[in-house]
Amino acid sequence: MAKRNYSPFGPDAKRAVESGLTAAEWYHSEVPRKVMKELMARSDGPAIRDTVILYGSMILLAGIGIALWPSWWSAPFWLAYGVLYGSASDSRWHECGHGTAFRTPWMNTLVYEIASFMIMRNSATWRWSHARHHSETYIVGRDPEIAVMRPPELAKLFLNFFGILDVIRFFPTLIRNALSGPTAAEKTFVPQSEWGKVQRVAIIHLSIYAATLGLALWLGSILPLMVIGLPRMYGAWHHVMTGLLQHGGLADNVVDHRLNSRTVYMNPISRFIYWNMNYHVEHHMFPMVPYHALPRLHEVIKDDLPPPNRSIAEAFAEMWPAIRRQVVNEDYFIKRDLPPTARPYREDFHQYVPGMMRPAAAE
Amino acid sequence: MPWIDACATEDIDAEDLIRWDHGGQTFAIYHSPEGEFFATAGLCTHEQVHLCDGLVMGHLIECPKHNGQFDYRTGEAKRAPVCVNLRTFPVRVEGGRVLVEVA
Repeated sequence: MAKRNYSPFGPDAKRAVESGLTAAEWYHSEVPRKVMKELMARSDGPAIRDTVILYGSMILLAGIGIALWPSWWSAPFWLAYGVLYGSASDSRWHECGHGTAFRTPWMNTLVYEIASFMIMRNSATWRWSHARHHSETYIVGRDPEIAVMRPPELAKLFLNFFGILDVIRFFPTLIRNALSGPTAAEKTFVPQSEWGKVQRVAIIHLSIYAATLGLALWLGSILPLMVIGLPRMYGAWHHVMTGLLQHGGLADNVVDHRLNSRTVYMNPISRFIYWNMNYHVEHHMFPMVPYHALPRLHEVIKDDLPPPNRSIAEAFAEMWPAIRRQVVNEDYFIKRDLPPTARPYREDFHQYVPGMMRPAAAE
Repeated sequence: MPWIDACATEDIDAEDLIRWDHGGQTFAIYHSPEGEFFATAGLCTHEQVHLCDGLVMGHLIECPKHNGQFDYRTGEAKRAPVCVNLRTFPVRVEGGRVLVEVA
């Protein structure tokens, strides 16, 4: 197969539209309507509790870090603060962007805007990129949120554990958005009515960074940047670790989330930071189910899904060799076995997709 | 315009909806918490996903795919990613039946 082209203007994007892949109906497990209504029900309680814990912990940790600064004794507090700033903000951005975390809309909006700033994403642009990610998950050229492009560039993956490439890409785009609105690529998924908002958000974010940098220069200390900006780098590792597991090593150009997404059982701390997005097949199949109901949804449909990985380590042990193999064979992917209770993968969903579902590629 | 018998009032739980297909068109019929009935086009204006698997909260219908929301009484788009309003259809209830005026 020809090398993948991830450009929204490239041949893969064009082929995905022409083949009908982008308009195909995605597979979903059967859940009785009554059960699904219970699972979709919204409430403010769990997210208010988690948000108070999150922001309370951040204030406490940053306060201790500042008090101990510049002693190395402050380092553990910054490391913990950084994970909450540079990784927990990813899941808050995600859940509040869906509007499912809280029942009350303004709470979703407030946490979404704060989290978007911390994770260095334009809140107006990324709402639309994520909608596309859900419509056309891991369809080459169409999904703007593909974390592991093939053939994978391992050095880039490693650098992003420290947010290096994300931050390097973020600031030029931020300045460009602030000066002239969305880029040409962003305009492919952001409707024109929202272009002004993209620019306004960029101006606000840029102003905060400029003020923080100005304060650092005035104080002659990087301390302000330890609180705002740098934690997106020194605390990024957790969201990159969990983010890679979402789809890494699995199929692309398919319309069954059991083939392109991964559910992983995780420890309670990672689940708090990640807001239960470890139930990722479930989330993609039913994105209107709030994060706090995903474990219950998992119990309902797990017999129709591939067995979940039992830990982060086990999931990496499955994913990492596949990613390495994709370096030399970009058509390779992991096709996981389904339990006998599951409805089989529909090969006819995928047979028209170039290079996909071939046994040779799967094994 | 003809009034078409769509379903029985008891076919839809309060604060819920059902899908109804007629004449090559697909619709969503809603039962509000106050006991009123409403009808809209069945497909979300964002990406043509049917709303019948979505969530009714008060007077809002949330699309099951991208969580966009409409006020199903007026069709007004209330939450991104939906930007275009949903078409609505007049509804009346007679003898326990829900009738929809189909254009």
